[in-house]
Amino acid sequence: MCATCGCGSDGKTTFYLVDKDQPHTHDHSHPHDHVHPHDHGHTHAHPHANEKKIIDVEQDVLYQNNLLAERNRGYFDAKNILALNLVSSPGSGKTSLLERTLKDLKGELEFAVIEGDQQTNNDADRIFATGTRVTQINTGKGCHLDAHMILHAMQGLKPKDNSVLFIENVGNLVCPAMFDLGEKERVVIISVTEGDDKPLKYPDMFHSSTLCIINKTDLLPYVPFDIEKAKANAKKVNHHLEIIELSCTTGEGLPLWYNWLKSKVLQPEAV
Amino acid sequence: MHELSIVMGIIKIAEDHARAAEAAAIDEIELDIGTMSGIDMDSMEFAWTQAIQGTMLKDTVRKINSITAKAKCLDCDTEFEIKNYYDACPVCGEHLIEILQGKELKVRSLLVS
Ligand SMILES: Nc1nc2c(ncn2[C@@H]2O[C@H](COP(=O)(O)OP(=O)(O)OP(=O)(O)O)[C@@H](O)[C@H]2O)c(=O)[nH]1
Ligand SMILES: [Zn+2]
Ligand SMILES: [Zn+2]
Ligand SMILES: [Zn+2]
Ligand SMILES: [Zn+2]
Ligand SMILES: [Zn+2]
Repeated sequence: MCATCGCGSDGKTTFYLVDKDQPHTHDHSHPHDHVHPHDHGHTHAHPHANEKKIIDVEQDVLYQNNLLAERNRGYFDAKNILALNLVSSPGSGKTSLLERTLKDLKGELEFAVIEGDQQTNNDADRIFATGTRVTQINTGKGCHLDAHMILHAMQGLKPKDNSVLFIENVGNLVCPAMFDLGEKERVVIISVTEGDDKPLKYPDMFHSSTLCIINKTDLLPYVPFDIEKAKANAKKVNHHLEIIELSCTTGEGLPLWYNWLKSKVLQPEAV
Repeated sequence: MHELSIVMGIIKIAEDHARAAEAAAIDEIELDIGTMSGIDMDSMEFAWTQAIQGTMLKDTVRKINSITAKAKCLDCDTEFEIKNYYDACPVCGEHLIEILQGKELKVRSLLVS
């Protein structure tokens, strides 16, 4: 079990850099070659057993994750990498949105992808098929990515300077909300086949995101989803939230997403 | 269930501090948990009993300070208790609010021996 993240009871997280010559063979579980802050090595037995003492700890439980998230953020800033954390319920269309984006903006922007999933490599294979560099993280029983996993994924992925890094989180609107990965923006995706009260049911996620994508608008004629109500609910939870409606299938609305994306990419300073 | 990760984090913080103080046992642990920290207390309870097995927190008395969430209306400056991000200001009905407290999730103190 990894000491810093404690994800899942077996803590078995694996990383694959999808690679043409050796598909799925870069399997290393948690290479701990960096120093984790908070390891003290006091092992000797204590002599004054009955003295009671109060220790003022005053430490945030997410301190360790937040520390590593800031470390990731520093790495991204230094290399001018735009890191985006994509979160949604299972099946809202995160991978579909990435497939479209990677194909449509090929040549315009440089991309790298980290895929989070409990068990499979299916999503990473779909991304690899678009010709994009991708690392798959399998979290086992863990239901979210954390900053520590991103740090390790980066060691193999090595995204290029000035690139866009998409991180597809595990499909889950609860747990990933609490874990800062060091991303610049958090993008929450819902689809019209879900309830329009999603933002009210999962307020933490909508509160911590900067952009909400409403996907599968091509299905609006067939489902009872009230898009105005969904937007109003999202705004109630987070009045700063930007909202884009689109369909990955028909392509409707995708230009809005592409414009948003390009507006977030900082041009490298001319020297 | 991220509560398991959270409990593991609490155990690590407590054990690190207890060991640094060369303590043999942790008698009490005091936690601050805000009502809007994102922690579901039933899940937390379940995760706790599972995760403390074999750790220094196995027999520790747990004290939880539940911190009621409060917000301030950005329109009329009223301060009020909230349960959800979408709660409106009770005075003017606005949703433009700022959270003042209730997001806490921390280990406050330990009593060790
Ligand atoms: N009709 C319609 N179907 C879509 C659209 N976008 C995605 N889908 C379908 O929705 C299903 C799930 O899409 P994915 O992209 O795999 O969703 P995901 O969020 O990556 O799923 P997980 O990784 O399992 O959480 C697939 O069958 C897609 O073809 C859309 O705009 N319209
Ligand atoms: Zn780990
Ligand atoms: Zn590590
Ligand atoms: Zn996916
Ligand atoms: Zn979880
Ligand atoms: Zn008000």
